[in-house]
Amino acid sequence: MEFSFTAEQDQFRDVLGRFMRDKSPASAVRSLMETDKGFDAEVWQQLCAEQGLAGIHLPEDCGGTGYGPVELAIIMEEQGRALLCSPFMASAVMAGYAILQTGTDDQKRALLPGIADGSTIATLAITEQSGLWRDDDIQLQATKSGDDYVLSGTKRFVVDGQNADLLVVAGRTDAGVSLFTVNAGSEGVTCRVANAMDPTRKLAEIDFSSAPAQLLGVEGGVDLAAIFNAVLIAFANEMVGGAQAMLDSAIEYAKLRVQFGREIGSFQGLKHRFSDLMVDIELAKATAYQAAQHLADGKDATAFASMAKATASEVFRHAAHECIQFHGGIGFTWENDTHLWFKRAKSSEVFLGTPNDHRERMLQAMGI
Amino acid sequence: MDINIDAIRAEVRTWLADNWDPNLTLVEWRTKLVDTGWGMPEWPEDYFGKDMPPVAVSAIAQEFAEAGAIGVMKSGPRMLAAVTLLAHGNDQQKRRFLRRILTGEDAWCQLFSEPGSGSDLAGSTTRADANGDDLANGNGWKVNGQKVWTTSAHHADYGILLARTDWDVPKHQGLSFFVIDMHQPGVEVRQLRQMNGHASFNEVFFTDAVVPGHFQVGELGQGWQTAMTTLAYERRAVAGNRDAKEDKGRNGTIYGEYREEQAIANEPYTWYPQRAGRVDLVVERARETGKISDPAIRQEIAKLLTMHQSTQWFAGRLSELQKAGKARGPEGSITKLAASNVARLASDVHTAITGIDAMLTGDQSPHDGVIAEILVSVPAVSIAGGTDEIQRNIIAERLLGLPKEPRFDTGPFKDVRRN
Repeated sequence: MEFSFTAEQDQFRDVLGRFMRDKSPASAVRSLMETDKGFDAEVWQQLCAEQGLAGIHLPEDCGGTGYGPVELAIIMEEQGRALLCSPFMASAVMAGYAILQTGTDDQKRALLPGIADGSTIATLAITEQSGLWRDDDIQLQATKSGDDYVLSGTKRFVVDGQNADLLVVAGRTDAGVSLFTVNAGSEGVTCRVANAMDPTRKLAEIDFSSAPAQLLGVEGGVDLAAIFNAVLIAFANEMVGGAQAMLDSAIEYAKLRVQFGREIGSFQGLKHRFSDLMVDIELAKATAYQAAQHLADGKDATAFASMAKATASEVFRHAAHECIQFHGGIGFTWENDTHLWFKRAKSSEVFLGTPNDHRERMLQAMGI
Repeated sequence: MDINIDAIRAEVRTWLADNWDPNLTLVEWRTKLVDTGWGMPEWPEDYFGKDMPPVAVSAIAQEFAEAGAIGVMKSGPRMLAAVTLLAHGNDQQKRRFLRRILTGEDAWCQLFSEPGSGSDLAGSTTRADANGDDLANGNGWKVNGQKVWTTSAHHADYGILLARTDWDVPKHQGLSFFVIDMHQPGVEVRQLRQMNGHASFNEVFFTDAVVPGHFQVGELGQGWQTAMTTLAYERRAVAGNRDAKEDKGRNGTIYGEYREEQAIANEPYTWYPQRAGRVDLVVERARETGKISDPAIRQEIAKLLTMHQSTQWFAGRLSELQKAGKARGPEGSITKLAASNVARLASDVHTAITGIDAMLTGDQSPHDGVIAEILVSVPAVSIAGGTDEIQRNIIAERLLGLPKEPRFDTGPFKDVRRN
């Protein structure tokens, strides 16, 4: 049987879509993106505490609701579509998956409930120079100090780094790469907000100078690829949501805008491009959904995660570019909303690895 | 409705145990299938079927496969005629034609496309004129014009024909649907050689060809609606009829006869896998040429595998939606367009991998000519069964709700500009 959503999942998507449209109109995105924090605390609380969305993929004994990657994918797609400004990606997806995959049972039970109910904002700090999470890219030093550790080094492109209470950080010891948790308020932690092209996704650069840290799980015991795969799949679903928003927006405009005495959407030269775009988006969705199902089935998701990331990020970028083109001059203005998604698309294209990187990763995972 | 699949399976098994005999002739065996309804279980009981739902039909097919039993004749053009006649034919037509289609005794072809109307099928200009004044008494019709892209016309006993009977009304309203006897002096069939060297199709010329009045299918002027049934089935069945069973090693005279019949029926389709791009060969070719380590080619291979895989996933999800009644209808155009993209990219990747050897053809081309055949067959895939451009119109207008193009062909057909 091929993958398709259940009736319950379809209904979940409908409800969620209404919530996102209601809470995240473009006007809200615009005002939040101008703030340092970048999200609305009240909406975040509704999302987490009332709707339980941040714990959708986390087990019930860790404060989650015990669903899985497919339901998470639905949330991500609807968020991406509405361009909801929230620390969901950083806290629930990146830090959530990292702790879930790596922490001891006690650590999971201690750390995840706060992430699930939104009272803790966490993030995951892996990247230094390269966007791919390869083992040898990680140079930040972790040194044993009593029962705990101290970290020294710099992490870049930390999503919502300036908002996080809890940092999950990849560092190196003699045993290899491990994950550590760091209280963001600790001495030795310096956070600088990066000047991100996409103002709806806040990025920080964080220096660690002998910052106190606790080991997550066992030393050298982190499976970065597994966390990476789960994050990529959620991310791909967010991107296909963004791509769909671009298609919807362009279609709406093409039905209204009149030139040469007819709606521009009646010109075959545009129609055919719209159709090609729809095909690309539908295929990217099929890939993102199937990858989520693959992860839910507990299979090695490396190949499909990279396939989904490469496809979704190229389609999102293409859709955003087309959306500007279909709007003509107005599409290039600050006043028109398209650039909000365009910038998300541009930064998503290279965040966590470029499409070329992921195609190569996919082939290698397939043994090619 | 409650369906007891196990009971149906048991019934088929028993019936096969009592009746299946590999030393019957094909026609003898299929006559039993037609008489009992086991050959087309999804068809109505009144017309050679058993009114079974799809789940039962696939269970029955499995039991047949298990027993090594051969089914009724289901080759492409025959089934196009059969499903159309089943839906729109009168009782007499169904009784007369359907049985001999299923037994394999009569071969059929589909006479729709014309040199002057491909994408614009409703612009057909092949004409059927009343043969004398007294249609009601069965004087019938005489047909003049030309059809093209007619698969298997050179073997066909009958054809289903779309022809214009009224030139004074808008184009969709002036077409009627007929059965035509292909064995008559007014019908000339010529093979049409394609750019890849195969000749899978024909041109068919009609010069005062005769169609009796009782060969008219459906109402006069309703031909377009009837043809839609044929085309809808054709789109669904594009990937069908490639299920020729592996029957080597089976003993019985019927298998020899069956193999011969299937070889003839499948002959027009031997190059179809090549026109789809043969994605399955790409990695093997990259390995044997050493191009597997070329980073630029690796990127193209990865793009191709992704596009191919995601098209299959999309098609799979679409078929689940269709089964659940949640599909909007024209989504098949997305699959078709995606398949064209896959084929074109596959052809490019094969070319890049093959390099200068792509200049050779026939047995000098790699894999005994298969690679060359891919390169010269792929251009067909974005034309056959509705061009990519038509699929794009369908997606834009029916899925995305964009406004239609202005039309210039809405008046009486005789006044419409045409080729």
